[in-house]
Amino acid sequence: MSTPTTVEPTADPRASLFRRLPVISHFNKSVGLQRGMLVAGLILTGAFVLTAIFAPLLAPYGYSQLSDADGNFPAQQEPGGKHLLGTTVGGYDVLSRVIWGTQTAIMVIVVAVLMSIFIGVILGLVSGYIGGWLDRILVVIADAIYAFPSLLVAIVMAIVISGGQSSLLGGVTAAAISITVVFIPQYFRVIRAETIRLKAEPFVESAKVVGASNIRIMTRHIYKNATRTLPLIFTLNASEAILTLAGLGFLGFGIEPSSAAEWGFDLKQALADTTSGIWWTGVFPGLAMVLTVVGLTLMGESINDLNDPRLRGRKKAASGKGGPDSPAGAQAALETEARLP
Amino acid sequence: MTINIDKHGTGPVLDIEHLKVTFATDAGDVYAVKDVSLEVNPGEVVAIVGESGSGKTVTAKTILGLLPETAISSGAVLINGNNVISVSPSKLRQIRGRDVAMVFQEPSTALNPVFTVGWQIAEGIRAHAGGTGKRVSAKEAKVRAIEALRKVGIPDPENRVDYYPHQFSGGQKQRVVIAAALALNPGLIVADEPTTALDVTVQAEILQLLRDLRDKYGTSIVLITHNMGVVADLADRVVVMYQGDVVEEAPAKVLFAEPKQEYTRKLLAAVPHLGRNSASQGMTTRAHQDRKVLVEAKGLTIEYPGRLGSPSFKAVDGVSFTLSEGEVFGLVGESGSGKTTIGRAIAGLNRTTGGSLKVLGYEMLNLKERTFKPLRKDIGFVFQDPAASFNPQLTIGDCVAEPLIIHSNPTPAQARKRVGELLESVQLPASYADRFPHELSGGQRQRASLARALILNPKLLIADEPTSALDVSVQAVVLELFKDIQQEFGFAALFISHDLAVVDILSHWVGVLYKGKLVEQGLGTQVMGAPQHDYTRKLIASLPVPDPDEQAKRREANRSLLAG
Repeated sequence: MSTPTTVEPTADPRASLFRRLPVISHFNKSVGLQRGMLVAGLILTGAFVLTAIFAPLLAPYGYSQLSDADGNFPAQQEPGGKHLLGTTVGGYDVLSRVIWGTQTAIMVIVVAVLMSIFIGVILGLVSGYIGGWLDRILVVIADAIYAFPSLLVAIVMAIVISGGQSSLLGGVTAAAISITVVFIPQYFRVIRAETIRLKAEPFVESAKVVGASNIRIMTRHIYKNATRTLPLIFTLNASEAILTLAGLGFLGFGIEPSSAAEWGFDLKQALADTTSGIWWTGVFPGLAMVLTVVGLTLMGESINDLNDPRLRGRKKAASGKGGPDSPAGAQAALETEARLP
Repeated sequence: MTINIDKHGTGPVLDIEHLKVTFATDAGDVYAVKDVSLEVNPGEVVAIVGESGSGKTVTAKTILGLLPETAISSGAVLINGNNVISVSPSKLRQIRGRDVAMVFQEPSTALNPVFTVGWQIAEGIRAHAGGTGKRVSAKEAKVRAIEALRKVGIPDPENRVDYYPHQFSGGQKQRVVIAAALALNPGLIVADEPTTALDVTVQAEILQLLRDLRDKYGTSIVLITHNMGVVADLADRVVVMYQGDVVEEAPAKVLFAEPKQEYTRKLLAAVPHLGRNSASQGMTTRAHQDRKVLVEAKGLTIEYPGRLGSPSFKAVDGVSFTLSEGEVFGLVGESGSGKTTIGRAIAGLNRTTGGSLKVLGYEMLNLKERTFKPLRKDIGFVFQDPAASFNPQLTIGDCVAEPLIIHSNPTPAQARKRVGELLESVQLPASYADRFPHELSGGQRQRASLARALILNPKLLIADEPTSALDVSVQAVVLELFKDIQQEFGFAALFISHDLAVVDILSHWVGVLYKGKLVEQGLGTQVMGAPQHDYTRKLIASLPVPDPDEQAKRREANRSLLAG
């Protein structure tokens, strides 16, 4: 038989755009436990995103609100009554802080992951395609960044960028940039490896033979084929971004409570409360973090499994059914299946 | 020598009854094998032939219970009274190796590179010792591994049993795989395309080995192949499969002489037969010599740099030839002969390191991409694997138009029109321009690939094994098309292939490469009919022809040549 191709049959490129969207196409081809994982991940992530969008409506108070018409909020009040999840030592409403915290988290994720994707993809493409000295230097730098504990790099970046403290915008960008620096090597590596593999593919050589310029080859032929794994890294990195942000906040390099709500900062403030039996200040921001990360990870992991035909579960073939009615597409899929070890 | 089969008389070694295999895929259920029944008797070689997607490999895998989890099979596959489909996994493990063994297509991936071959052969022996209650010592297993290696004709087995797979050549590796299959004297060997990955001269040796096994030890063989020459050479009985069904089953001689079914007839007619339908038929001198010379190689040398400390590798060594306008030059050779390297060097994909190579008057030594680029519009290139040579994200129309867009910057409407014309001249509907590469069959993709190579009306076309990834019936159509188009457009072509018969059909002038040297060149009919160089003679003698009687005669006649 022919040599194994690298092209796995994905969703029909001419199916409706909606059905080809990353998550939706994955949902359609999942079954059983994998579908359960994906759905759980989607629900948690969806709840996270919706909470962030509708935070102003959902939150009973502002993130930095310390009093209302009835006067100052009591400090360290138990959950119940006016404050559903209680109040912190500083008098903030825990529920409002948790809800507003989703906004900060999502901003950091979007800014950090987008920046690292852009820079990582461009660097990876150029480095992998051109090779030579440029490639070696970039790889060494990427490896050097890998060698640092990511939180350490993030702390250094936070200090460099904002002196450690700042407003909402400054805090978010500081956190985002520091996370970006840590993540760029990941995207860089993935895209570079794919580019190097694709560079030797006959379709790239055939573009070379017809005289296509390097930029044309990179943008038209390699780029689209190299970025297919990105949605997966995106979801996995998003959860890591949340943890890094929380870590920064916990260490005191986060965002001031007066500028924005930040779960890591709240956790740090709750540290002293635990010994005196005040559990609500720490549990709820922590729970919010856990659920968000679990949701994103479940989604990422199940997308990963669904992308790999060897890991993807399928409905069992109906054995009793007779009569060949296999369309050409199914036959092609079979050939790919048969080639797998 | 004991054979583990047939303790009860002369029943069949393998009996497949109404086998059905269904795969669950994303696109729904696929019926890979619909209803297959066949028998294999002791000492018989049964060939299952068919094109890709016919279900022959799935049938073979079912015999050893190697189907993936997504498959559901029904029916019966009886080996020594055990139904492979329904036995327990532990029973299946006992059957594998002891009653039936498998020889895989690609010997270099079937062997584990980090263990010695002796260890790998002994692994099966020791795995099956548990059933009899006594353990096989490492020493004894090694003795038996040496014996197995001797049986398959590995010289000096006492020492080579401790070699690692990379220390053997491709043919020897396949011998080792066969030795591992033979270690427990199974009554049946399933050989899935055992010679497809091998060169034709090595293929002849492996076929001889399989024949010896049958003759000396009475081993039955199920041979899965698409190569009709191999079938004619080895098989006693042939089962032809098409889309999951058995189309025809007959003794080999009968099948080749009087095929009953339409499909079998078509399949046999499509097989290229050396010496028939030669492009240079009736020629006495080389044609087109009065025309302009497009490619001229003088002492062309291409070296690949060696690793630190090892000398560089000469892929092409002092090759000289010319290619004139309108001529089809066929370049034949086995793997590693440098034929592809020459083709790639002409297209500027490889750098030359010595001698002189002039392409359209441009000296390729010290090639500068910027100065060579304007000439690229006069060179078309057809790649071996049509599936991989198209960008999967672009439509066929975009892919075919690519050279046009790069070199002449047309309006979208102009490009579309030209793509439509080209697709029609390679006998594809113009509407295929909107399809994606994976929506086309292999033959259609290769035709689209030809369209892409021809869209700028090049003076020179380089075709690197354009039909070797295709099924034989598709290959025949593509070759016919290539021939017609070449006559219509009148371009010069360098046709590279390992298949002598295919080269002969297309080429006026044939060059034979061996280890980087051009050992012989001449008219197709002369090279094939009266080869001068020893290597060419061996190459031609090794090529099995799709006719059992003729092939048996050739085998006898060439025995001395092949042994040498």
